Amino acid sequence: MSRMRRRIILNQTFKYVFIFAMSLALIALSVLIYRILSQGLGHLNIDFLRQYPAPYPDKAGLFAGIMGSLYLMLLIAPISITIGVSTALYLEEYAAKNKFTRFIQTNVQNLAGVPSIVFGLLGLTFFVYLFSFGYTLIAGALTMSLLILPVIVVASQEAIRFVPNEIRQASIAMGATKWQTIWRIVLPAAIPGILTGSILALSRAIGETAPLIIVGAAAAIYTIPDSLTSKYTAMPIQIYNWTSRPQEEWQYIAGAGIIVLLVILLLMNSIAIWIRNKFQSRY
Amino acid sequence: MNTHQEHKYSVQEMISDKKSKKNLFNVTEKIVPLFLLLCAVISVLTTAGILFTLLRESITFFSEVSLAEFYLGTQWSPWSGKFGVFPLITGTLLITAIATCVALPIGIASAIYLSEYASNRSRKIIKPILEILAGIPTVVYGFFALTFVTPILQSVFPELKIFNALSAGIVVGIMITPMIASLSEDAMNSVPNRLREGAMALGSTKLEVTIKVIIPAALSGIIASIVLAVSRALGETMIVTIAAGATPNLTFDPMQSIQTLTAFIVQGATGDTSYGSNIYFSIYAVGITLFVFTFAMNLFAQYISRKFREDY
Repeated sequence: MSRMRRRIILNQTFKYVFIFAMSLALIALSVLIYRILSQGLGHLNIDFLRQYPAPYPDKAGLFAGIMGSLYLMLLIAPISITIGVSTALYLEEYAAKNKFTRFIQTNVQNLAGVPSIVFGLLGLTFFVYLFSFGYTLIAGALTMSLLILPVIVVASQEAIRFVPNEIRQASIAMGATKWQTIWRIVLPAAIPGILTGSILALSRAIGETAPLIIVGAAAAIYTIPDSLTSKYTAMPIQIYNWTSRPQEEWQYIAGAGIIVLLVILLLMNSIAIWIRNKFQSRY
Repeated sequence: MNTHQEHKYSVQEMISDKKSKKNLFNVTEKIVPLFLLLCAVISVLTTAGILFTLLRESITFFSEVSLAEFYLGTQWSPWSGKFGVFPLITGTLLITAIATCVALPIGIASAIYLSEYASNRSRKIIKPILEILAGIPTVVYGFFALTFVTPILQSVFPELKIFNALSAGIVVGIMITPMIASLSEDAMNSVPNRLREGAMALGSTKLEVTIKVIIPAALSGIIASIVLAVSRALGETMIVTIAAGATPNLTFDPMQSIQTLTAFIVQGATGDTSYGSNIYFSIYAVGITLFVFTFAMNLFAQYISRKFREDY
């Protein structure tokens, strides 16, 4: 009987241990959000969004960072989505089940596990020096496109795999060619999944800092980029720069920058989830 | 006049028209797969590019500094010509160890709670919150470590340095917790219900079902999630750059300021390092060391989840 009691007590206790551990993670998140809001909100105003970086905390703004990140996104999105979706289409619709296909598949998986800073080194050698783009917008955009490529490939593959074979066969039976079937039947059906995955991948790119530092995004930028070969900055670069200054006032500026970054991320994530829920068709 | 023109579009023409269209289709049908294959090859080229970059610049580096000096040396001060990578490796391992100590218990316990205890409703609330935690940029975590965790730890341990391994390690742990939690939860969730019910029917308590049935059945997935998370911690850059400092100390004392492999790459690439200098090449030698570490971990994770997967 006492053995039974012990088992029941243990059972009860551990339930609370698990709940406690779980809530530690949630507490960490709430403390993080609370800290950033309490530090940054006071410095978040219209001027902060409109001003360029400055040597004085009360004059410093995120405008160059916001525009830089926007331009980066405008380049990264078409490059990475075109290549990523094409790769996924090839792997799912065309590739024969042979060693070469398996090789590409494993390769994509392994790329997803390479630390982002190593992609920075790749960009430094190839885009900055070998192609002699220098520390420019296009070098940063290409580096980031390769970084998020595996994420887009995997997400698109899942979306394409989700389209049932029956409607492919129906299309072929109606006399459509293979590419017509893919273009008019498979892709439209898979697009919600592809979009969701792509937006999540882009939201990773927007917060990524390390590779951009390596390929030379600068902190002190007083213009917005006007060509592919302009110097540029990005939101996380500004935040990193402010964080690493010793004076305390800069922490509040960094906090304000982080709020803007997190709000944009939250927006992108909400759009992704909205698309997933709205357009998820069932077969 | 009109009818006359319509007449001119004869059956012959219709056929040839259709044929030429068909030719067009044929061309598309041939070109498109080629284009798609080309795109698929880009991912292979990326890997080849990474290997090529790391190897080429490292080989140049190792013609100046011997392999033995690099991997056995215990002093890392590249600006005065001392290239012993050991302190950077211990720094990286120290951060990873602290992070794992934080993330492992919290991550696994959260996974158990979500998979075995939580109601559908609370799972639907908690999982997206974990996803948010996983989506926060690392530069934000770095800011959090430096401006919040370090001051709090300093009030407990007054001898703690401003830049220290402890604070950075804890925050890296917070960062990888959602990864362990969500991947392990997927693994536990895919254990079929009949195993749970069978164990319950034999009189097991929920805890016993979890520990003796669910965890062993999901073990390959759980271990894979841990290995992947550890690999993320090894390659984590911004948190350690911001909060752990830039002093390559050969120490396992978490109170000290250290430097990791990744943090040196940032330092080496941003300082006034000229192209072609020894320091420039050294960031690639450090990079390939990091790459080998994480690549081995990833292969290990894939091996485990393939080899020990239990199929139901």
